[in-house]
Amino acid sequence: MATETPPPSKEQHRLPSAEEFVAEQSSAEFGELRRAHRSFAFPVTVGFIAWYLLYVLLSNYADGFMGTKVVGNINVAFVLGLAQFLTTFLIAWGYSRHAAADLDPKAAAIKSRMEGDA
Amino acid sequence: MSPAQSTLLAAGEASQHRPLIITLFAVFVAATLVITVWAGRQTKDAADFYAGGRQFTAFQNGLAVSGDYMSAASFLGIAGAIALFGYDGFLYSIGFLVAWLVALLLVAEPLRNSGRYTMGDVLAYRMRQRPVRTAAGTSTIVVSIFYLLAQMAGAGVLVSLLLGITSDAGKIGIVALVGVLMIVYVTIGGMKGTTWVQMVKAVLLIAGALLLTFLVLLKFHFNVSDLLGKAADNSGKGSPFLQPGLKYGATGTTKLDFLSLGLALVLGTAGLPHILIRFYTVPTAKAARKSVNWAIGLIGAFYLMTLALGFGAAALIKPDEIIASNKSGNTAAPLLALHLGGVDSDWGAILLASISAVAFATILAVVAGLTLASSSSFAHDIYANVIKKGTATDKEEVRAARWASVGIGAVSIVLGALARDLNVAGLVALAFAVAASANLPTILYSLFWKRFTTSGALWSIYGGLVTAVGLVLFSPVVSGKETSMFPHVDFHWFPLENPGIISIPVGFLLGVVGTLLSKERPDAAKYAELEVRSLTGTGAH
Repeated sequence: MATETPPPSKEQHRLPSAEEFVAEQSSAEFGELRRAHRSFAFPVTVGFIAWYLLYVLLSNYADGFMGTKVVGNINVAFVLGLAQFLTTFLIAWGYSRHAAADLDPKAAAIKSRMEGDA
Repeated sequence: MSPAQSTLLAAGEASQHRPLIITLFAVFVAATLVITVWAGRQTKDAADFYAGGRQFTAFQNGLAVSGDYMSAASFLGIAGAIALFGYDGFLYSIGFLVAWLVALLLVAEPLRNSGRYTMGDVLAYRMRQRPVRTAAGTSTIVVSIFYLLAQMAGAGVLVSLLLGITSDAGKIGIVALVGVLMIVYVTIGGMKGTTWVQMVKAVLLIAGALLLTFLVLLKFHFNVSDLLGKAADNSGKGSPFLQPGLKYGATGTTKLDFLSLGLALVLGTAGLPHILIRFYTVPTAKAARKSVNWAIGLIGAFYLMTLALGFGAAALIKPDEIIASNKSGNTAAPLLALHLGGVDSDWGAILLASISAVAFATILAVVAGLTLASSSSFAHDIYANVIKKGTATDKEEVRAARWASVGIGAVSIVLGALARDLNVAGLVALAFAVAASANLPTILYSLFWKRFTTSGALWSIYGGLVTAVGLVLFSPVVSGKETSMFPHVDFHWFPLENPGIISIPVGFLLGVVGTLLSKERPDAAKYAELEVRSLTGTGAH
């Protein structure tokens, strides 16, 4: 059961100074990364929590609706419950696509610039 | 889960299957001890002990995260709750799963980028170290001990049930055995050993659930509607069994309680210290993201399978038999295994023993993760940064962590033994509520709110912690009801079992109030450093 992973990369990157971090924080490039992260993560978080709470409230206070049969013995409650699973999988997938396309390249560019010797 | 309620398996079936069950338990323990010793040999520095050397792959860590998260409460508890209450049991799984999105979108990557070993690393990053580390350590240890206590006491009841042990000494012995094993895993194997134990457990658990799900569906010719119909009929409750409401729909109070529980579940996961430290075991934030995705897939698939297990048990076993074995339904999954294999056949005995061994593995892996999280936080946050003010060497820190795990293990054995006949299952939901009220607000404010200060962090952590724990102390979880921890006294005045609906908003609000009321100015340079590091991974460990 040996781990075949390569040994940790121990090469030390340069750690930027406090001034460099402050300058970076207010740079346009970092502002773009922050915006790209927040404009996805914040509204989606509000959205899935609201959708989950809606489901909880329906379970609590809408018995008749939740008990409506859809197919055979499968009712609205099951359909909505499984829909929660489905939306969770879809959001995870959507975020990962967004991150790979919009966040990772920006983050990597800033990181290599800040840790480089330039 | 008192001994009187748990006689059925004990009396007849368990003792007859005991040798096989014990053999499988022993095989699992032996295998994990070999892994632990092997991992211990590879553990050389603090990053190895706390973070497994940060060299696990995203898939390995995803498995380990699932292993850490799917406690006996979710495997046995959810299957049992579905078997007895139908649809309402399923409500838990949904909260437990959706919660992972908070971790994915807001917490996992920034934490991996900016912290080293503990949750406290991120909470204290831009704050005054000593007070915030103390608060983070306190809340980590409180959350972990509650969680641990529920698992330990549950282990005592469950394992004695599966082995047919009814004596007090036997149950205490089992709690002690679980405690000693978790100390061994953590002190010798550190994060590496613990991670491997969790991976092995996750594979066993998923394989066991897959097998049972397949057998259940086979019985019903893969017709889910028939399965549900049979479950509703056999439960004696008819179509309400397939709708929300049997467990939580009784009164306005129980409905509010469910809302409160739902909030705690969905916001608690991303504040559980033993889950958060798992993100340090992978090399990059991207790998942390991928490991959460694996975890969401595995945990989601697992919860879908618990539907088949729970409704399968409801369809194939008389409800009286489930209740006679354990009033909360916690043995529904093992009973289902026995019935699927055939009550009097060898195949039934083998299935029962295998599922029991999986349950035992589940408990061991989760308690090891909790012990590691709390002892890491003690050593890294409190010992190294508060007591030694950052002057401790790596070696001293790891030694402190090892001793802390012995101490925490010993405390849990004593508390677990004392609580063996108390109903402590509610403590898991409480741990989620504390995590959501005390930890999550501070994590989010620290990462995303420029103005946030040390006093805000302290108000939020201690305020959330005290509110959550205080409300539970005066709730029916502790006193006043037949199902309470102390059923014979009554000092409860808070009507809900879960404090989340009050304590979570309080935790978030106090973070704002504490920040705005203090004259302290936020450390802008430190926030710049945290924000840039958390989003880009610059200078990540």
